[in-house]
Amino acid sequence: MPTLYDRGQKGRRALALPELTQPEEDLLRHIPEAMRRKSPPRLPEVSQPELVRHYTALSRLNYGVDTGFYPLGSCTMKYNPKLHEDLARLPGFTQLHPLLPEEEVQGALAVLWELSEYLKGIAGLPGVSLQPAAGAHGELTGMFLIKRYFEDRGELPRRHKILLPDSAHGTNPASAAMAGFRVVALPSDRRGLVDLEALKRNLDEEVAGIMLTVPNTLGLFEEDILEITRLVHEAGGLCYFDGANLNAFLGRARPGDMGADIFHFNLHKTFSTPHGGGGPGAGPIAVSAPLLPYLPVPEIVKEGETFRLNYDKPKTIGRVHPYFGNFLVMVRALAYILTLGDAGMREVSAAAVLAANYLRVRLKGTYKLPYDRLCKHEFVLSGEGLAEGIRTLDIAKRLIDYGFHPPTIYFPLIVREALMIEPTETEPKEVLDAFVEAMLKIAEEARTQPELLKGAPQRAPVKRLDEARAARQPVLRYPFPEG
Amino acid sequence: MVPKELRYTKEHEWVRLEDGRARVGITHHAQKSLGDIVYVELPPPGRVAKKGERVATVESVKAVGEVFSPLSGKVVEVNPAVAASPDLINKDPYGQGWLFALEVADAREVEALLSPEAYEELLKGGG
Amino acid sequence: MNPYIPHTERDIEAMLRAVGLPDVEALFSDIPEEVRRRFRPLGLPPRDEIWVSRYIAGLAERSTGRRLIPFLGAGLYDHYVPPLVGHILARSEFYTAYTPYQAEISQGTLTWMFEFQTMVCELTGLEVANASMYDGATALSEAVYMARRATGGSTVLVPKSLHPHVREVLATYAWAAGLRLVDVPYDEAGQIQLGEIPADTCALIVQEPNFFGVIEDLSGLKERLGKAFLIVYVNPIALGVLEPPGKFGADVVVGEGQVLGLPLSFGGPLLGLFATRMEHLRRMPGRISGRTVDAEGKEGYVMALQTREQHIRREEATSNICTNSALCALAATVYLGALGPEGLRRIALLSMERAHALAARVFALPGFRPAFRGPFLYEFAVACADAQASVERLRRHGIAVAGPALLRKCGVDNAFLVAVTEKRTPEELELFVRALAGKE
Repeated sequence: MPTLYDRGQKGRRALALPELTQPEEDLLRHIPEAMRRKSPPRLPEVSQPELVRHYTALSRLNYGVDTGFYPLGSCTMKYNPKLHEDLARLPGFTQLHPLLPEEEVQGALAVLWELSEYLKGIAGLPGVSLQPAAGAHGELTGMFLIKRYFEDRGELPRRHKILLPDSAHGTNPASAAMAGFRVVALPSDRRGLVDLEALKRNLDEEVAGIMLTVPNTLGLFEEDILEITRLVHEAGGLCYFDGANLNAFLGRARPGDMGADIFHFNLHKTFSTPHGGGGPGAGPIAVSAPLLPYLPVPEIVKEGETFRLNYDKPKTIGRVHPYFGNFLVMVRALAYILTLGDAGMREVSAAAVLAANYLRVRLKGTYKLPYDRLCKHEFVLSGEGLAEGIRTLDIAKRLIDYGFHPPTIYFPLIVREALMIEPTETEPKEVLDAFVEAMLKIAEEARTQPELLKGAPQRAPVKRLDEARAARQPVLRYPFPEG
Repeated sequence: MVPKELRYTKEHEWVRLEDGRARVGITHHAQKSLGDIVYVELPPPGRVAKKGERVATVESVKAVGEVFSPLSGKVVEVNPAVAASPDLINKDPYGQGWLFALEVADAREVEALLSPEAYEELLKGGG
Repeated sequence: MNPYIPHTERDIEAMLRAVGLPDVEALFSDIPEEVRRRFRPLGLPPRDEIWVSRYIAGLAERSTGRRLIPFLGAGLYDHYVPPLVGHILARSEFYTAYTPYQAEISQGTLTWMFEFQTMVCELTGLEVANASMYDGATALSEAVYMARRATGGSTVLVPKSLHPHVREVLATYAWAAGLRLVDVPYDEAGQIQLGEIPADTCALIVQEPNFFGVIEDLSGLKERLGKAFLIVYVNPIALGVLEPPGKFGADVVVGEGQVLGLPLSFGGPLLGLFATRMEHLRRMPGRISGRTVDAEGKEGYVMALQTREQHIRREEATSNICTNSALCALAATVYLGALGPEGLRRIALLSMERAHALAARVFALPGFRPAFRGPFLYEFAVACADAQASVERLRRHGIAVAGPALLRKCGVDNAFLVAVTEKRTPEELELFVRALAGKE
């Protein structure tokens, strides 16, 4: 695929810009000689139609939720309502500078405050910060809060360990380590859940907390959740809940009622804001009462009908975002919550969990299902043993030929050749059935025509790409012709 | 694919003993489970490593293999060829794909290394 | 009720039958009964699309600040965003896609990432860039973490002229990592005065132009730092006319990319830029697209060097970052593609032209003088007897500037900050001068 650098001609323009009213040299004199740019950056030079056609062509090489079924486990690729896109483009939001005085931005503060209140209610926890810009940023903020909490209580550096189930998302250990904690892995038991005995063995005075994903990355609900959080609290630790999988129990259960001290939301998963090809998302956190004093500043407070920013929090961890977080993402999430109401949210979890279980039972006879029990919004198959020499990667690439986005593969790490499938609530049954048919057909092909899998994808813009070459001889920017 | 003249570790490293020195690499099994190796990080020559200490990293596209020093000693030589062409480890794990050589500090540690037979047993056990 | 769920009663029955459960509630039997019993709803009824649309639009209307003329910058700037950027971002193949894990059906995203990386390298004068970080402040914090890993030092030299909010974010990250922040003062010109460099310094940060709008001279800094990192926090529009920091030996360049085709958006989403030298590639956080070939030798792109990232290296990853500001980076790519080298330079110069014209008139008024003597591009600090009163007077005339509270955080008393972009008209400049002079 040509890049924009391969298009256009020197001197072409895409925009009509105002002219300068004085010679460039006169303006450039304001810049000290040493700091004046000597040669311009090499940027493409294209006409507007060329530019638009280039990106239109690029867009057609992509697969989005609007293209088709996207059962990417752990990512909750549900439909992104179009109304929200328009609302997030309202000039009353987009043209607002975050450093304007409070009284000039009451509408925006109302959005933040309302969303905070709803998120508190959904989490069943008394405090919220909207600043984290993504799930992993929410995790990091949560780790910072845990650190501050123990610092304030004089329990640092003793409490320096974070317990993590071996099924955790990679962001969890990375976030804990970034905040300076040592990660201790907890094995899963035969049910695929936290091994209570292992937990007890590891709970000591050095434990700052545990990071749990509920339901876990196998799509299984931690049935012992109350016991787990009780044990951790008894040992003086705090409980962090990764909220990536909230779609599984939205409108039915609250992390606060399970013993969570910190819970992060992924607005770009559960609350239908688009993922943008890798962001921006938003990762607000909700916290329990003991952590309230440490939340980031500013806090949005309501006094009568007026919203105000409160910076008076002497024990705060400080800012984790230069302003208020990913505001336009929050506008979309607020619209979603208002549209659904309680009943609609309850339907989300019902439909998401039903769809996942439906796919699970229909696929389990053909594919290995290492943990065969009621799942929540997702489940994990193994591509192992389908046929000699066939790997999960081959199955995934063959699904592309059938017009589907592949599931998450090779995660969680505790299942070999994992295929992690999350249908979400927004797919019609016909689509789920078509996906099942494709998966069954692929299993048959694996035995009868393995070359179809090994050579897949055939119906994509490119054939299978050589990732080893990209790593051995990295080409990470446009190779300009010499001279 | 377990040469008889070498010794092994549970972490899938091989050791070739050459009068007072130990040449180290990763086994055929290890390179196979990593897949196409794309990057190798070697210890600086002169570094003194303890047995079991992490001294090198071997990366494929989607996995990272840590190499632990099978013996205590000083790194006296590293293989510049694998740094430039990491795929040598895939092509010839016991030959051109060697990683580094140590000056053995404690000969008794050699006794604790696995024999080819013991390593084969380990592989059969799925380990 | 939920308009986004397509399942009919019949569908639900058929699926329940296949699963072997009597009703939907049975799907949740694994959640402890006690937890389910404690559940309390929000008390929210479902709403129709027209209601939601009106309600949210009402909130948008409620912020009066939108009607103020923005001479307010202080890190985020009101540059012209060509509508073509929005049109391309609205293509749902871009915005409804996930991270490009499946390269063969993500060539659109991976190609523009590669273009973006190239453009950031060109602007900064460095060799490799990622795509992307959340915002400039967290990009800077990650750069400091990287500097510590590379050098082992734990002292960070931070100018008093760094954006105070950026500094506050950095302070949070630094506290957690046990890093020590040491102030670097500024002189009368508003430029950094680098004193002695402590032995365990891992990085010096320089903002370019700095929070006061003043151009810093980067010459000779890296030479004084030795192995400690020179981290430059940039406004990328300024790099249309300023020498790239890479030329001065910068190890990392980070910056706030909002100015590259993104609206102000009440401060989010933003776009964190991050570029470094090849020697630090494996310590770099964030997603990178790399060029390769497919099974038939055709050129294509994949996510490169993923072994740095959290999903593979877990607690030893270079960062925890996963979701970033991808779509904002696409906006920046389209914006820079539309401007080209001449256009980018023009935007910087147009802003300068207007800013310097305004500054000349403001400083000709009695009682107003430049807070700093140093050279500036398109933002400048105005000192006067009662800055708050001046700011209020401007606001009564429908003009917004950055008030004295922010500058006070940097140790500057009684001053306010004025930014002028290419969007400001001669009439607006005139209004500004008249308002400030107290003429009604």
